Amino acid sequence: MTRGSAAAHKGAAAFFLKYGVGLVPQLVNIAVSILFDGLAYAMFLFITSVGLSVTMGLMGFVNLAHGAFAMAGGYIVVTFTRTLGFSFVPSLVVAAVAVGAASVVFERGLYRRLYKSTDLEQVLLTIGLAFMAIATATYFYGPIPKSVPLPDWLQGDVNLGFRYFPSYRAFLIVLGAALIAVLWYAFERTNIGAKIRAAVDNRRMAESVGINVDRLFTLTFAVGSGLAALGGGLAIQLLGLSPSFAVLYLVLFLIVVAVGGLGSLKGTLLAALVLGVFDTAGKYLLADAGGFFVYAVTVVVLLIKPAGFYGRE
Amino acid sequence: MAASDIVSATDCGQVRQRAAEYLLKRHRFRLAECLPWLLALAVFFAFPDRMTFGSQVLVMVMFALSLDLILGYAGIVTLGHAAFFGIGAYTVGLAAARLQWTEPISGLFAAAIVAGFVGFITGWFLLRYRGLTLLMLTLATAILLQETGNLRSDISGGYDGLPGLTFKPLLGVFDYDLYGHTYYLYALAALAVVFYFVRRIVYSPFGQALTGIRENVRRMHAIGSPVHRRLVTVYTIAAAIAGVAGALFTQTNTYVTLTVFDFDNSAKVMVMLILGGTGRLYGAFVGAAVYMVLEDYFSKLSPTFWQFGIGLVLVVTVLFARRGVLGLFENAGQYLTVRKKP
Repeated sequence: MTRGSAAAHKGAAAFFLKYGVGLVPQLVNIAVSILFDGLAYAMFLFITSVGLSVTMGLMGFVNLAHGAFAMAGGYIVVTFTRTLGFSFVPSLVVAAVAVGAASVVFERGLYRRLYKSTDLEQVLLTIGLAFMAIATATYFYGPIPKSVPLPDWLQGDVNLGFRYFPSYRAFLIVLGAALIAVLWYAFERTNIGAKIRAAVDNRRMAESVGINVDRLFTLTFAVGSGLAALGGGLAIQLLGLSPSFAVLYLVLFLIVVAVGGLGSLKGTLLAALVLGVFDTAGKYLLADAGGFFVYAVTVVVLLIKPAGFYGRE
Repeated sequence: MAASDIVSATDCGQVRQRAAEYLLKRHRFRLAECLPWLLALAVFFAFPDRMTFGSQVLVMVMFALSLDLILGYAGIVTLGHAAFFGIGAYTVGLAAARLQWTEPISGLFAAAIVAGFVGFITGWFLLRYRGLTLLMLTLATAILLQETGNLRSDISGGYDGLPGLTFKPLLGVFDYDLYGHTYYLYALAALAVVFYFVRRIVYSPFGQALTGIRENVRRMHAIGSPVHRRLVTVYTIAAAIAGVAGALFTQTNTYVTLTVFDFDNSAKVMVMLILGGTGRLYGAFVGAAVYMVLEDYFSKLSPTFWQFGIGLVLVVTVLFARRGVLGLFENAGQYLTVRKKP
């Protein structure tokens, strides 16, 4: 979302307050905009954070390099569309697969050495990786934010009968909903999903009934990182992509995970929706307050429910 | 225990005495401890034109020292320690810009009180939580403060900050000079006072209790130690010290912006401390000095290269040198003494 449009809507809000009644349609319009944009933003948050939530729930591993995986996905999309001339959607798939595959190397090579270490050591290792990723991205792509060429059907607005909405955000919502359905099915209705749930619930017990949690973890880590890369690719149009993406939005992903509860699909979705809508509403109605709302909501939720919405106490 | 399972009263007394002697011995001032202070003075005479940078190093040493109290000794992992640094910095900055309170030394005390108060309030609520929840809550606290500052940019100056602050001469005599000589010595003196205070805390029974909490919180609960109260106390003290560091930062720079609350600032001080070594007092000195000097040198060459380098150093530190630079020295020392014996 650009600051300009948010400021315009803030102006509309002030106008309404000044002249009172007679502007109800205007108010409804703003509310619909907030819900729509908030939903699109929430889908981005969910796609990017869900992998982090499951890996943290499964191994208790604090992965601050998750944002770097998302950023890597974004830059792969930029390279494939701008330099190699692929179109947007296939590039997203390439980014997700490539980053998912690469993440296995990191998991096997580095992360697994630290599963039994303290939070602090995990934080340091992964933030070190994030710094290196930022530096590498700056070296190859420069510090200036990148954009990505979109196909025609993702540009402009789409008519939903009663009003027009930006096509790209509509696409984001549809894609998010589809992914949620797939993930929900995989999580709740397949054998692997059942194993993951078992391992999140009680790792030792799962191991003792013969589930290979290590291999399971490598798999979920790869899928989660791939989804993060997909989210990074989707974010280019939504938020812009510069090397600082890796740390700038990491905080947001971590908040979604903490508020939702570790390892819970349902919790991550709920947290993404709540935070996405609150953040968008805050930016529409009070542009100056910036991210205030997200953090205020986070603090309140975590003070009341320390393990998040659906986390285990 | 070789003698017997039943310890007689006299034995008990002896054991107590031995324990007390051991603690006193640890507490005793060692000659090697003069070294960093002499070095700091030597730097003053060797690099008279780099004193502004020198003051920055001293400020970061103090900031890292405050983090060492809670992270190194009490084992509280926080990602929002910059909150207190920022509060200290803004206490002095706002007092000077809006209230014309420009006396530097009383400014330090004011910063300590305000930051300590905020530390007490937030600590009292937050230190019930652990792990990821605590990380997120501390992080959110720092960002909420930053956003509050941004919201009231009419008072705080927003991201443009409060530039061009002026402070009264130190003790009414020593004025601010262009090369920052006065403020280097001023920061060094403040650091010495704070360090003495921290050293006393660390070697006191209270400090031992903190180490106990870090090592095994359940056992501390079991022996009846008031864990939460201890944690809040040390969090408050660390917040106050971070506030003093922030106040010194504003006074030596004569400006302050909202970036002091950045996540980067919290992460940076943690990196410094880890590089130097946690829970060992002088780790903050080594870590902050090494980090700042390397940053100063390499970021001039290429900021990208520097960022990659510090990331690599972190990864290598975690994989191979978990106890920091000072830990490496200790390992080397042990290796040599073991080799000598046979």
